[in-house]
Amino acid sequence: MSNLLQFSISEALSLLEKKEFSTKELVDTYINAIEKTKDLNMYLTTCFDQALEQAKISDQNYLNGSQRFLEGIPLGVKDMFCTKGIETTASSKILKKFIPTYESTVTQNLWNQGAINLGKLSCDEFAMGSSNETAAKGDVINPWNFEEKRTPGGSSGGSAAAVAAKAALAATGTDTGGSIRQPAAFCGVVGLKPTYGRCSRWGIVAFASSLDQAGPITRNVSDAALMLQVMCGYDPKDSTSSNKNVPNFYNDLGKSIKGIKIGIPEEYNSDGISSDILNAKDMTINFLKENGAEIIPVKLPLTKYSLPVYYIVAPAEASSNLARYDGVRYGARIGGNSLDEMYENTRNLGFGDEVKRRIMIGTYVLSSGYYDAYYLKAQKVRRLIKNEFTEIFKQVDYLVTPTTPTTAFKLGSTQDLLTMYLNDVFTVPASLAGIPGISIPIKLDNNKLPVGIQILGKDFDEQGLLNVANVIESCASFKDTPNGVAS
Amino acid sequence: MTNANENSNYISGKTGDWEIVIGLEIHAQVLSSSKLFSGASTEFGKDPNHNVSLVDAAMPGMLPVINQTCIKQAIKSGIALNAEINKYSVFDRKNYFYADLPQGYQISQYKYPIVGEGSLQITDANGEDKVIGIERIHLEQDAGKSLHDQHPSKSFIDLNRTGVALMEIVSKPDLRSPEEAASYVKKIRTVLRYIETCDGNMEQGSLRADCNVSVRKPNGNLGTRCEIKNLNSIKFISQAIQYEAERQVEIIENGGVIDQETRLFDTSTGETRSMRSKEDAHDYRYFPDPDLLPLELSDSQISEIRSDMPELPDQLVQRLISEYGITKYDANVIAEEKEYVHYYENSAKNRDGKLVVNWMTSELFGLLKKNNIQFNQNPISPNYLNELVELIENKTISGKIAKDVFEIMFATSKSPKMIVKEKGLEQVTDDSAIEVFVDQVINENNDKVKEYLSGKDKLFGFFVGQVMKVSQGKANPGLVNKILKSKLK
Repeated sequence: MSNLLQFSISEALSLLEKKEFSTKELVDTYINAIEKTKDLNMYLTTCFDQALEQAKISDQNYLNGSQRFLEGIPLGVKDMFCTKGIETTASSKILKKFIPTYESTVTQNLWNQGAINLGKLSCDEFAMGSSNETAAKGDVINPWNFEEKRTPGGSSGGSAAAVAAKAALAATGTDTGGSIRQPAAFCGVVGLKPTYGRCSRWGIVAFASSLDQAGPITRNVSDAALMLQVMCGYDPKDSTSSNKNVPNFYNDLGKSIKGIKIGIPEEYNSDGISSDILNAKDMTINFLKENGAEIIPVKLPLTKYSLPVYYIVAPAEASSNLARYDGVRYGARIGGNSLDEMYENTRNLGFGDEVKRRIMIGTYVLSSGYYDAYYLKAQKVRRLIKNEFTEIFKQVDYLVTPTTPTTAFKLGSTQDLLTMYLNDVFTVPASLAGIPGISIPIKLDNNKLPVGIQILGKDFDEQGLLNVANVIESCASFKDTPNGVAS
Repeated sequence: MTNANENSNYISGKTGDWEIVIGLEIHAQVLSSSKLFSGASTEFGKDPNHNVSLVDAAMPGMLPVINQTCIKQAIKSGIALNAEINKYSVFDRKNYFYADLPQGYQISQYKYPIVGEGSLQITDANGEDKVIGIERIHLEQDAGKSLHDQHPSKSFIDLNRTGVALMEIVSKPDLRSPEEAASYVKKIRTVLRYIETCDGNMEQGSLRADCNVSVRKPNGNLGTRCEIKNLNSIKFISQAIQYEAERQVEIIENGGVIDQETRLFDTSTGETRSMRSKEDAHDYRYFPDPDLLPLELSDSQISEIRSDMPELPDQLVQRLISEYGITKYDANVIAEEKEYVHYYENSAKNRDGKLVVNWMTSELFGLLKKNNIQFNQNPISPNYLNELVELIENKTISGKIAKDVFEIMFATSKSPKMIVKEKGLEQVTDDSAIEVFVDQVINENNDKVKEYLSGKDKLFGFFVGQVMKVSQGKANPGLVNKILKSKLK
């Protein structure tokens, strides 16, 4: 058999079924690929022995014809997901050596369907960041032009880089303000943020509870559909998870998009946006037109408030969610002469600067005397943003925008925080509204870096969203591979 | 009259009378087998950290799920306190750091509580009815326990109580004396125990109160209040309020001002002392818990609970009065505990209700108290009390003999009929037998008979006493009277 790394999930599943190769061979190949791409610093923890054990079971299942939905598919898991018996740190020093006794619902769903865990992938600390530079174990290097040491994006930087570098067949990510879509765009892969409530948050280290949502990062759109199929579903352990029916995301791919209405919001533009990105947007519009879709320019005037609202709501929730990391029960503890001193020492050395910054912002906006002016107002504006999307989706079926204002920048190049936060300007609105969004690669820019386009849809319309993405994907026919790829 | 009554509540200071204004926040542990947001058991007295789930320990990624039993219990309590049930309520996070608060926040209800305004009727210090306003009831999580006395330099944490559901019942500042406050807490406890939403066990901490106390000139403007935290007995509540009110009066009369602060009651000295001032008060940064959706109740959900409510203490008191003809005071005593009611209604079956209530509240309660026995360990069954009263009613024994029988019943748990039979205590109701006793007394007291016959009527009582003595108390007093009268003509 030729290089097993080339196959997508759907291809691998059919070849495994035909016994063209074994799960063990597939897993071995990926273990080898992980070793070869070590310099990219993507994996925090690997669990190869366990993966090989699982591969035996998968091979047995194929032999018996009792294979499950994702039998034998080797995945990487973002370190925000708690994995039973495997160190889970959220890329933070404060959770060093924390080994959960439980498995997150989303990863459990994957393992229940035969997927195999290769290891835990780096991310920004507690998923706070857009460049993976806040990870406790150092920068992840984007496999595209890897010698230039560019960011893979964040916070799911390890996940996107691993899928691009073929060090995992697919990966899980979490998206709070763009943490799946932005790194997917930077790494030239597909990243899907489902509707808020589609995937259970149980067992995922919380950043901002009203925004956090798990989703897949994959080589292509149909793989995203397969992954989502297994990851999502109602979970009684998460009060915010949806009991809406889960459709078959995969079987409907390939439907015609003739006559569907695509909105192009004029506000998804910025001063620094590159011509390559604008060009990718125009290419996408043309693909859609060619396939019979109706293109409608639309206005979303509240877009400009999304980033400020996000940087109030998310830190507010984070400041409370991260209070549990106090050194008392688990994770790092740095002692002191009093309880307060222990808290201060533990949290001072355990958290990185960006996490501390957001805890302080969040504490401030919730403080008595500031609550109404910041948190309450932000919640009101958030509601208006949601309403604006609800209204626009009465006129159009989907929205198409760039995923990011720029392509992957060089690690360490962004000194200014505001510039860093602006990376999320196109992805944050959908997070605030809770609607699903997907980023797919369209082309390379003149630095040979991938450019992503984002498609947004109505609540719980991942099925239609994936179909539109699939059409664009086949037109774009993005086949390039990064030079930092394993082979 | 009214004035005199009110005055009895006042504190008299150097500058005249002072009125005490009290509002209470009662924390009542919800009777439920599992915690408010986790499946862990609420059983009391388990080894430390035995009843702790991943959610209670605030492990990363754990999420709260509302326990519907606790919601029902809060609604039930609201209905029992004549309160409005809010169909929309919100769980908020109250953020603060403490070692026995694993999440770093307590899930509580702030702006939108599950139960709104209600009221509770109590008996004030003069035995009059008084209605106390209820401001709200909200649901919240209890914290764990810090144990500071287990190690010379370390503290230990027990999370068994962490996340157990509490109802915080907030009164309006309608209470005017330590006695009223005590009466209010007792009544709340009785109501909650009746409807089985809280076991009311104050020693185990299932019911505790924070008291807000201020003083003012009668009917003047409200004074600055101090909050006394975490009182776990009715006695301490009264003592703490009395001490605190007197402390405040003394400060004001000496030209000082009251600082709004949180105080602790020292049970060994009977004094309150400052815990933290308003300036040091926490900023709890309340905000709606994003892990939980707002709690929405339907009309049918509420009316279903309403139609399923047991008889409430106030309704019961009315029924006891009309059904058994007892006084309101006695009815209130019986209604205090469900087990009293059960006992009373069984022992009063077909008997004189007044007689039974007297036997129960004076003789039975007296002996239980004297012997330090809990009511549920009571050695006298309601059937036997019924039988005893029957023996009195049909004149088999006199009331005096009955007291002796009762003491034997208490000591032996035997049937009163058997005791009377074994000891030959039946009343002598045979005329000829009594005549023998009467004749003996007349013969032995010839001089007294003469005095009586010459007009000293008061001596009649002496003769009755002598006959009873001779009969060892068994002669029927009515017959003794009748026969004596006929013989002493």
